[in-house]
Amino acid sequence: MIDEGLQSELKKQGVYVTSLQELYNWGRANSVWPLTFGLACCAIEMIAASMARYDISRFGAEVFRPSPRQADLMIVAGTVTKKMAPLVVRLFNQMPEPKYVIAMGACAISGGPFKQGYNVLKGVDRYLPVDVVIPGCPPRPEALLHALITLQEKILNQPLTGPDRPRHLNADVPGEFPVPAYGPHDLEPPNNPNLWQPPTLTR
Amino acid sequence: MQTNSYLVLVLLMAAAVGFALAPLALAWLWARFFSPRKPGLDKNAIYECGLEAKGDAWIHFRSEYYLYGIIFLVFDVETIFLLPFAVAFTGLSVGAFVAMLVFLLLLVEGLVWAWRKGVLTWK
Repeated sequence: MIDEGLQSELKKQGVYVTSLQELYNWGRANSVWPLTFGLACCAIEMIAASMARYDISRFGAEVFRPSPRQADLMIVAGTVTKKMAPLVVRLFNQMPEPKYVIAMGACAISGGPFKQGYNVLKGVDRYLPVDVVIPGCPPRPEALLHALITLQEKILNQPLTGPDRPRHLNADVPGEFPVPAYGPHDLEPPNNPNLWQPPTLTR
Repeated sequence: MQTNSYLVLVLLMAAAVGFALAPLALAWLWARFFSPRKPGLDKNAIYECGLEAKGDAWIHFRSEYYLYGIIFLVFDVETIFLLPFAVAFTGLSVGAFVAMLVFLLLLVEGLVWAWRKGVLTWK
């Protein structure tokens, strides 16, 4: 690793020095392609963010891919119903590594205003490893842009070696997550125990 | 020395093919050596819509569309040839007129065949 002071000193002289890790992460962070995938009203805000006024392409994420095979980022934009949850997990499984999840809006985080509904999944983090959550109902496009920038910062700061290396460089991290099945009352299993455990009450 | 004047075209053609193939080859090489491979049942599935594929791909299709194809062809070909026939009608010789009539008869024969087969009745 090059010394920070020396790096900035060289930069003043017009010499740019970087490490392979920084270059790699810079490229990864600025080409996050989201999946064209909207579930409810938050998707309208996602569409607005991709349009000219908010212009998500300023951050390299305008290439919404209609196929999970070409996407890096799943923006879970809206209410995940229990009917839809297995499909969401399966789509995420079909995305190539490295892949990220943004839970957009109150519904994707916790079920939101529809939490009491019998058919609403109470948070997509029960099945998927969520990287960034955006509160709001729905969050404004600026909030989505902020989430994208947060994700980019996360990618930029990931070391490529060691225990905190990104999931695509870690052979032990699962590439696929178990897809829940439709049970008589609820999804089975109701959550992925490796990702989320129901909180325990201690009285 | 006499050089072939088409040689430059061949060179340009080779350059164009190389221009198209080089990015593909680079992408292939990059994927071959650097892509993190984590295959799985879901990832290798055929559908990309989140649903699982159901049933068999070897199913029977009804092939009745060919009748509509034939009828369309009869009228389509008739129109295409009748229009110039009508425009040039006054200057035509008797032989050309008879040839056209024979041609029309052939097409009408197809129509009669379809009619008798009952294709024109809406069921």
